[in-house]
Formats: sequence, structure tokens, C-alpha cells
Amino acid sequence: MTPVVRIQREDFDLGAEVAALARGDADIGAVVSFTGLCRDESCRLAALELEHYPGMAEAEIARVAAEAAARWPLSGLLAIHRFGLIRPGEQIVLVIAASSHRREAFEAADFLMDYLKTRAPFWKREHLADGSIGGWVEAKADDDRAAERWS
Amino acid sequence: MNQHVAAPPLKLVYFAWVRERVGLADEIVSPPPGTATIAELVRWLKTRGEGYELAFENEAIVRAAIDHTHAKPAASIAGAREIAFFPPMTGG
Repeated sequence: MTPVVRIQREDFDLGAEVAALARGDADIGAVVSFTGLCRDESCRLAALELEHYPGMAEAEIARVAAEAAARWPLSGLLAIHRFGLIRPGEQIVLVIAASSHRREAFEAADFLMDYLKTRAPFWKREHLADGSIGGWVEAKADDDRAAERWS
Repeated sequence: MNQHVAAPPLKLVYFAWVRERVGLADEIVSPPPGTATIAELVRWLKTRGEGYELAFENEAIVRAAIDHTHAKPAASIAGAREIAFFPPMTGG
């Protein structure tokens, strides 16, 4: 099983990605997905601008995905992360894990998201509702603690 | 014989507020001979101007990667082609 990793400006379609991942594999009994959306932070934000490090973003998510694939018996694993200007309500990130049983799929998807947040080279900058450009979003200690659960 | 071999030119890339403070997205540099680690490279960069000083003001916060792989301050930069500096990541 080779994990699928895509870094793209375009939106993605959860249903289409699940169908593509599960197609032709009747051994899959569980598909878990996580979709991260852009919030408006109580109407404060007009958009989030996502900057990334091309080349390393793909490589780092692929390394984390390979770790997940080594740790759980998975039939399919996918991560899509968008970059560019993303407006409230729009999708930012998608993780899908497929396995014979649900526990492995839940854990692998959770692990992949925790590590993606702390290791994938992406940075968010706020664009405010009044049209001005706000600051860079600060990293959360909670995200580091979430990732440490797995080590 | 104590002969220093000049290090080959190195590509540096900067992201998010590190890029804004340095004032460049990328550059080619030739660090002084003997610059062996990420921490030593940062120490040298900080001598190159106010922007660098501001970017690396809090060295413990700025992260580094060598050739697309996360690297600690003590990591050797020998043979590196591209070194990146950036704030803690906020993707996902």
C-alpha cells in the first residue's frame, strides 16, 4: 500500500477520494476521514492564506504517512493539503485511512493529522474581514502535546 | 597543515515571518570556512544585518530543515544543498 499525498491549490471532493481509495478492494471494512475547514473566528476573518515549502511539504507528509502505514495494517491512506487563499467554510486538509477494521483506521487518521500539524511545512496568515492583512497564526502547544501522545 | 577548504555555495530559503524579517525568499550564500552546524550558520547569519538579527532574535523558535528534512541546531550542514528557516508550523 503506497500512501497518496497531494499538495494543491484546488479544492477536493471527499466522496470522490473515498470512492477512489476503496475501489476494487473488498477487504476494506472501515474508512475513516478527517476534513479540516477554515473558520471565520466569529466573523473576524475574510480568509486564511496558507504558505508552504514546495518539495518539503510533499516529502514530510509522505514520511509521516509511511510511518502510519508501518504502524497500522492499512489498505489505503491519503492526505491532501491545500495552499493559497482559503475562505471561511472552505476545506483545507483531508486525511483518509482505510483498513479491515475500524480501530486501525481511526488511529491512523488521528496520528496522521497530529503529525501533519506539527511537522508539515505550512504556515497560516490571517486576512481580516476589514480587508487588512493580519498576523501569522501562532503554533499551539496543544498540537505538540497531541503529537507527543504517539511517541 | 591547517588548511580550510572553502565551503561550496549554499542555497538558503525562508518562509512566513522569517522570510518577511530577512527580506528575502531565498539566497545563495558562502558561509565562512568552519561553519559546521545549523546553530553556527545562524550565528553567522545574525551578523549580516538587522533583518537577520530580528528573524533569529529568538533562536529557539526558528526551525530549520536540511534538504527538505527537519534538522536540529546541532545538525551538521556538511554536504547540504538547501537549508530552510521557518517559524513553527501551523498547517492542518
